[in-house]
Amino acid sequence: MFQHRRLNSEITFFQKIKQLDYILLISILLLSSLSLFVMYSTDGGEILYHTKSHFIKIIVFFIMMLLVSFINIKLWHVSAYVFYAIIIGLLIWVSFFGISVSGSQRWLDLYLIALQPSELMKITIILCLAKYYHRLKTEDVNNFTTIFVPLTLIILPMILVLSQPDLGTSILIALSGLVILWLGGVKIKYFFYSFISFLISLPFIISFLKPYQKLRVLTFLDPDRDPLGAGYQIIQSKIAIGSGGFYGKGFLKGTQSYLDFLPEKHTDFIFTLFSEEFGFIGSILLLLIYSIIIFRIIRIGFISRSSFAKLFCFGFAFAIFVYIAVNLSMVLGLLPIVGSPLPIMSYGGSSMLATMIGFGIVMSAKVHHNQSIA
Amino acid sequence: MIRGNSSIRKSDIMNRRMFIIGAAKLVVFSVLIGRLFSLQINDNKKYLTLSDKNRIREWKLPPTRGNIVDYFGNVVAGNLKVYQLHVIPEQVENFNYLISRLQTILKLSNKRVEKIKKNKAKLKPWESLVVSENLTWSEFLMINNYLYELVGVKPIMTISRNYPFDEIYTHVLGYVSQPNEEDILQNEIIKDRFVPGIKVGKLGLEKTLENDLIGTNDIQRYEVNAYGKRINQLEFQKGQQGSKVRLTLDTEIQKLCADLLKNKAGSISVMDIYTGEIIAMYSSPSYNPNLFLFGIGQDEWQLIRNNPLKPLINKTLSGLYSPGSTIKPIVALSALENKIVDPDFKVQCKGKIELYEQTFHCWKEKGHGYVNLKEAMKQSCDCYFYEVARKLGVDRLKITADKFGLGKKVLGEYFENEKSGQFPNTNWKLNNLGKGWVLGETLITGIGQGYTQTTPIQLCLMTAQIANGGYKIKPKILTDDNQLSSEQVKDLIKDNNSINSYVSLFKDPRNIKIIKQAMFSSTNEIRGTSYKSRIDNPKYQFAGKTGTAQVKRISKRERELDLKTSEIPYKDRDHALYIAFGPYKNPDYALSIIVEHGGSGSTTAAPMATKLFRLIVDRHQLRKQNINVKKTYT
Repeated sequence: MFQHRRLNSEITFFQKIKQLDYILLISILLLSSLSLFVMYSTDGGEILYHTKSHFIKIIVFFIMMLLVSFINIKLWHVSAYVFYAIIIGLLIWVSFFGISVSGSQRWLDLYLIALQPSELMKITIILCLAKYYHRLKTEDVNNFTTIFVPLTLIILPMILVLSQPDLGTSILIALSGLVILWLGGVKIKYFFYSFISFLISLPFIISFLKPYQKLRVLTFLDPDRDPLGAGYQIIQSKIAIGSGGFYGKGFLKGTQSYLDFLPEKHTDFIFTLFSEEFGFIGSILLLLIYSIIIFRIIRIGFISRSSFAKLFCFGFAFAIFVYIAVNLSMVLGLLPIVGSPLPIMSYGGSSMLATMIGFGIVMSAKVHHNQSIA
Repeated sequence: MIRGNSSIRKSDIMNRRMFIIGAAKLVVFSVLIGRLFSLQINDNKKYLTLSDKNRIREWKLPPTRGNIVDYFGNVVAGNLKVYQLHVIPEQVENFNYLISRLQTILKLSNKRVEKIKKNKAKLKPWESLVVSENLTWSEFLMINNYLYELVGVKPIMTISRNYPFDEIYTHVLGYVSQPNEEDILQNEIIKDRFVPGIKVGKLGLEKTLENDLIGTNDIQRYEVNAYGKRINQLEFQKGQQGSKVRLTLDTEIQKLCADLLKNKAGSISVMDIYTGEIIAMYSSPSYNPNLFLFGIGQDEWQLIRNNPLKPLINKTLSGLYSPGSTIKPIVALSALENKIVDPDFKVQCKGKIELYEQTFHCWKEKGHGYVNLKEAMKQSCDCYFYEVARKLGVDRLKITADKFGLGKKVLGEYFENEKSGQFPNTNWKLNNLGKGWVLGETLITGIGQGYTQTTPIQLCLMTAQIANGGYKIKPKILTDDNQLSSEQVKDLIKDNNSINSYVSLFKDPRNIKIIKQAMFSSTNEIRGTSYKSRIDNPKYQFAGKTGTAQVKRISKRERELDLKTSEIPYKDRDHALYIAFGPYKNPDYALSIIVEHGGSGSTTAAPMATKLFRLIVDRHQLRKQNINVKKTYT
């Protein structure tokens, strides 16, 4: 105990800088600058609103990430539940006073930025459950209460987000939460049974979906069934990616996006534009950068002493992976269209804020990896 | 220690489970990469095509029609640059203001403005709206002067059909105009090449030769965005102009025909008697086909439609007339061929004959006295032909008439509106009128009245086939490459032994000769009905036969009055006809002239032949020299 304390107290600002994960940092910077180029392309090769706004967000949130890195991981552990409570509060706030855009009420007008609390919940749920399992002894994990409590923690925000309605984000929140349960040691057979019962209840779930969501599922199963309507996005996205070929059409030369055939090209379909212009080779490169980021985060998890940091890192790495996998599967026509942004690449403040804070906490875990949490 | 153990175990579980997730991640990423590979590498071609289909849109422009030229290569239906005024609605700030500005500059009618506004509603905002299809040069200059304040207005130059000789060729060429639904449905090629602004043939050769003349569309390839708006032009593919069509007609002769028939209703046709080439074919009055190009105005249309001289009817092909005395060469020929009479057979003409209590009058009240075939033809003695017809019978007459092309379409393949007319016989009457033939009808058929109905072009063909010595020819209005010259045809006809495609229409060539001589005397001997119109110079000398076709039965009272043509109401006046061939010694051309309600053939129609033959013969050498022009024009 003594030794630890001594170590803690000896970490100076200079040492903290030395302790940063530079490979992760460089990868994030690389990704950020890549996203700026793509944003520039979506603006039609001009520095317009989206490019400017994205640039400012990157600068602000990257600095925020660095600041978070220097905050002791302990602090995050202490305040995890508080954050959870705040975000739940914001979600409830949104359901009453949120801004409604194209039929779904997800945003809070915070004057400078339209905040989407559901995006922040994706991180907070990891933080919150990491804290819950940090305390829990291995032998207590599979008790009724210790399963019931985290499940409630997951379901509560899910319901709030679903009611916005935002199926995509609520699924991502659920996955981010469930992975902590998995890492925390909940019996594999529980996951197995749940999965089976989920499959069985799937038809009933579908019958509860909103008509537009049902349409998306049907369209996913057969995009050609309504090529000008619901299937349009999937078809155009596949055309854009497919026509990119091995080397791509070249920077600023993506005809599908340039000529407005691509929907939502700034946000959910940003990868489509990227892949059209930079081709297979560019897409592989992008996946490589993401893989490095995920790998570095997992590595930080391995070297972290505290379960909290470990759980957060593993959980966050998984979350990032799920965001990428869901987004790419969607634009590649492997999953139905569920609104989910590509981390850092997609335009959108809340998503980037959440991701950057996540990176910050991970970085803080690296800087304070020897820190144990009582 | 317990705590430490527990924490180590916990950490182990976490790490182990992390590995399982890691493996799952690898699998998922592999699937994603596999999917990328399949889309971008395997199916790249398919998606590239789809993406091009998305972004590239083709715009077809109206094709350029082929020129139609006369025998000498003069363009008679060409293409002219016209100035049009287009407006791009999306570039216009205040459309109503702009249109009222244009209305004052171009003096557009309110009706026109309404139509423009209606058209605008049908277009996408970036599509060009045609305000004026044909600006005059001064209007074009005016618009250019104001262009700085007329944002969104585009004066453009385009190509439009043009008929440089105005009404001279209308009934031959027809005209072009915007296709209606029927035009598009009936012609696959028009359907395929249809674009707004295209003009298609509505009548005449323009319609019949549509598929040759139409040409292929110019194609503009544009890159478009998802909303169909043109972003930039990628390619311009020039279409092929329609093929050139060369007529057998001679513009100079055509002009003279128009001149001769000025203010009259009638028709003149001139034909090469060996090749069958029609060198003039004019129906009067005509109208200006250029009026139809951009849609004819109501007033102008009514003027043409209500003209009592009926300019819309192509009288050469669709006008049905009693041939009158111009049938007499055929009656005489038929009688000779059937050995009913010989040239010396004589009839005494007392001015009329009585048959079954019916009186049949000769045109000359006092009578011609004793006349033989030649004299009867020369003076056009009706009594002689009553007698000959009576002896011959209508059935035998019809056989000869049929051989020479009466009652059959001449150019039917090129002109939808051509009529066949009819030459009656006993069967015909029984079948069509359900009544038996009476002898009196044979008599009046013998002088070209009664049921006989012929078109001017049939009379021309009949004359040509007599003039060439009695050989069947195929009339044509288009030149063709493999065609024999008239000299070659002459040689073929002379060489009786050669197996050629020239069918003789006679039993004895001498009979044809007798008819030709009789026609010669009719024009060139004293007391001949067209003696006044003769030309003594052998170079131009021609032989012909006058005809005066009654429009209505002449009553006894009218016969007694013996009114002059000018004293009879226009509608009741006789049609004046004349058929002729020349030069007599070595004929090359035959013609037929009809002047509706023109009085008598000798006073109205025959004098026109004089003027015509002078020009036709003078043009003959030129025509022979130009026989090879066709090579350069095909």
